[in-house]
Amino acid sequence: MDKAIGFYESTLGKKVVMAVTGIILFLYLVGHMLGNLQIFLDPAQIDKYAHMLHASAAFLWSVRLVLLFCLGVHIYAAFQVWWRSRTARPVKYKVFNPPDVDYAAKTMVWSGPIIAAFITYHLLHLTVGLDSLHPNYEHLGAYNNVIAGFQQTPVAIAYIVALLLLAFHLYHGLWSLFQTMGWDHPKFGPWRRPLAVLLTVVIAAGFISVPVAVMTGVLQLVGG
Amino acid sequence: MKLTLEIWRQKDANDKGHFETYELDNVSTHMSFLEMLDVLNEDLIEKGEEPVAFDHDCREAICGTCGFVINGVAHGHMKRNTVCQLHMRNFKDGDHLVLEPWRAKAFPMVRDLIVDRSAFERIQRAGGYISARTGSAPDANSILIPKDQAEAAMDFAECIGCGACVASCPNGAAMLFVGARIAHLAFLPQGQPERAERAKAMVAAMEQEGFGACTNYTSCEATCPKGISIVGIAKMNKDYFNAKLFSGGNLGGKD
Repeated sequence: MDKAIGFYESTLGKKVVMAVTGIILFLYLVGHMLGNLQIFLDPAQIDKYAHMLHASAAFLWSVRLVLLFCLGVHIYAAFQVWWRSRTARPVKYKVFNPPDVDYAAKTMVWSGPIIAAFITYHLLHLTVGLDSLHPNYEHLGAYNNVIAGFQQTPVAIAYIVALLLLAFHLYHGLWSLFQTMGWDHPKFGPWRRPLAVLLTVVIAAGFISVPVAVMTGVLQLVGG
Repeated sequence: MKLTLEIWRQKDANDKGHFETYELDNVSTHMSFLEMLDVLNEDLIEKGEEPVAFDHDCREAICGTCGFVINGVAHGHMKRNTVCQLHMRNFKDGDHLVLEPWRAKAFPMVRDLIVDRSAFERIQRAGGYISARTGSAPDANSILIPKDQAEAAMDFAECIGCGACVASCPNGAAMLFVGARIAHLAFLPQGQPERAERAKAMVAAMEQEGFGACTNYTSCEATCPKGISIVGIAKMNKDYFNAKLFSGGNLGGKD
């Protein structure tokens, strides 16, 4: 345990903690996206899936607590790393044009907090189903909840924008974690960025396809 | 050619510092950037003003002494270059150039464009060495090293410790420098006995100096005059991870 604490004291250790929690959150996103895509199947299918996830309260809350813990640790470590770097250059440059800095890397600092805010909104909107946020929320009526939610165009657009930001965050996080974990080799090193792009595009496209399908009328409410 | 130079002037660490603008005529395209500053300084001395202080030594891009930020890029806009080997033919007539020292908490100001980089020395001293038999020279080739490994070690040994990686990192991190030093010895058989201790000690020393954290911007690699790869940073992360979490107490000494 001493070792682990000593390890976390360094920024390298904090980055490893961010990478590990990031991997867990990423795997959850994959599952979440695959779950979502069931909305394109029979309307009853995704409701059945929602009931299945809620079948065991113990299971449901274990997963939720693990995710919440990972998210909390991820944010906490990120904040510490950010603060550390902020204080490393007390006098700023008048002109500063560091080359090769890509948009995703530069925006991690604010894509993170925005995604955190989005997650809060998303949970209140489609998990809790606050009356003030959702027009017609019905517990475990996932199919109609999603479609009624996204039929409000500003909401659908907000989701799409937030998911695009998540994509940038994911891209930088995914390729960075290889570097942080020291997973590099002359054979696959050059493939880390393309792999991150591919995974990000698949995930973002999967998530965004749902609000887009509702906005274009591909998905319609079912009676009941 | 004509140039306008906006240069950071600061008497010492206690001075607040400010920018001073200088107009320069008749800059020869054959000059190096430092020779151009030499000419400026001659003018300043003749006028009875303080010359601009900047670090320099070999002027052959191999010692790592020189370096400052030109228009926001460490060592200027030319790739794999130091300011001493940056020639004025790479600039245009009428250019406006802003010259600033490396800016980092771990590199305290000395004067004008000179900062104190002894933080690098302290990191190096913490673990950038090997245990070797002293006395008569060992036989050549008594330890065989595969060619590709020797090449990889050499690539990281190229680091001249100029500090451009820190200067161009938006986080003010020294990861490329420390990564290069750790990777260099990690590739060689002579570097193995202290490998775990080295990673722990050099990373600890780096953190103690107040450098920032790595967030994989990769601008260090882009401005490194020797083209050191961020592969070295991955190598350092792995060595540190292994040393910290897996190396046994009897191997690693006290933790």
